[in-house]
Amino acid sequence: MNGIDRIDKKDNGGMFGFLKNSPSTDEFIKGLWRENPIFVQVIGMCPVLAVTNTAVNALAMGLATALVLVMSNLLVSLLRNFIPKQVRIASYILIIATFVTIIDYAIQSISVELYKSLGAFISLIVVNCLILSRAEAFASKNGTLKSVLDALGMGIGFVFALLCLGAVRELLGNGTLFNIPIFADAYQEWIIMILPAGGFFTLAIWLTVFNYFKLKVKKS
Amino acid sequence: MNEEPLWSIFINASLINNFVLAYFLGICPFLGVSGKIGTASKMGGAVTFVMIISSMAAYGLHGLLVAINAPFLQLISYIVVIASTVQLVEMIIKKISPELFRALGIFLPLITTNCAILGLALFQTSKGYGFLQSFVYALGAGAGFTLALILMAGIRENLEFAQVPKVVKGTVITLLAAGILSLSFMGFSGLSG
Repeated sequence: MNGIDRIDKKDNGGMFGFLKNSPSTDEFIKGLWRENPIFVQVIGMCPVLAVTNTAVNALAMGLATALVLVMSNLLVSLLRNFIPKQVRIASYILIIATFVTIIDYAIQSISVELYKSLGAFISLIVVNCLILSRAEAFASKNGTLKSVLDALGMGIGFVFALLCLGAVRELLGNGTLFNIPIFADAYQEWIIMILPAGGFFTLAIWLTVFNYFKLKVKKS
Repeated sequence: MNEEPLWSIFINASLINNFVLAYFLGICPFLGVSGKIGTASKMGGAVTFVMIISSMAAYGLHGLLVAINAPFLQLISYIVVIASTVQLVEMIIKKISPELFRALGIFLPLITTNCAILGLALFQTSKGYGFLQSFVYALGAGAGFTLALILMAGIRENLEFAQVPKVVKGTVITLLAAGILSLSFMGFSGLSG
């Protein structure tokens, strides 16, 4: 979407300008803020909206996605010279599906409760556009270390964004944060925030905040 | 075996638990190709077609995987079937209407990574639907997806002429409209019960 054509542009100022000299650090840093997968690129939206009704779910989903992202970027960059060009997308999807199956079974063995609340969305990490786009746009063209750093940065940026949404929705919709009550008993929950519509609204509000700061930086 | 009647499956998948507005599946094409009503309806048609084919294939595959006792291959085999169906649809559309092929652009191959399709295959398996039930479920989900896409396109065509503040232009205003649409779809929940 509107973020995608912005990816290749280098910005020269920014808050991390002092780190620009070392390329490897930059691969890591860019996913956190400048190319944040959700707030800037606006990709991988389905889990973002669906499982961020509580902060715990959001954190678990973010970590699972980040783990798959790192593993698949690692394997894709190792295999990048062996995969024929015509079947690369299919091969990437198979690699991603393998890791997602591993994560799926791992979560099931760690916590059945968490597994139930995330539901089919763990399996649906396979079709998260973020992972495929990093494999295609970055890992297939760059070295192993760089690809892993890129995946780590993007993954942490993704977890951060999911937490932003999950925290707001749980706090307003349930009056708790990580299942700890924050407000007094008299607090009237905004049920709308944990319903689907609340997901759209919360994301819209966060994007507005990000746009506001982006416009402000541009002006000054 | 699930005994749910067919009409109830259809209403459920298309309106009450609309894949886009209640389950958040297929958000990327929902935000990406909902600019014009014409493109949106054709995209909806293509997605519905892929849904029906892959749902049928998933039903068969599930039986096979149960028979050879390999449930861990479920995800991998489903995604391979979906990817090949999308490839097929892509070739058909390219042959029949190059114009539509250009209009859909990158979003056509991206149907592969449309969570609504994989989600449909996974949900029908976990709900234990039979062959006919799966078919109706896919039809309902496709109809619901197309409906949401066309409604959104109608809203966005009107938004083109609205005076929108710079800070909420583009994605943000689309998300707000989607939220309101989702609220109105909640009204359908009274249909179940």
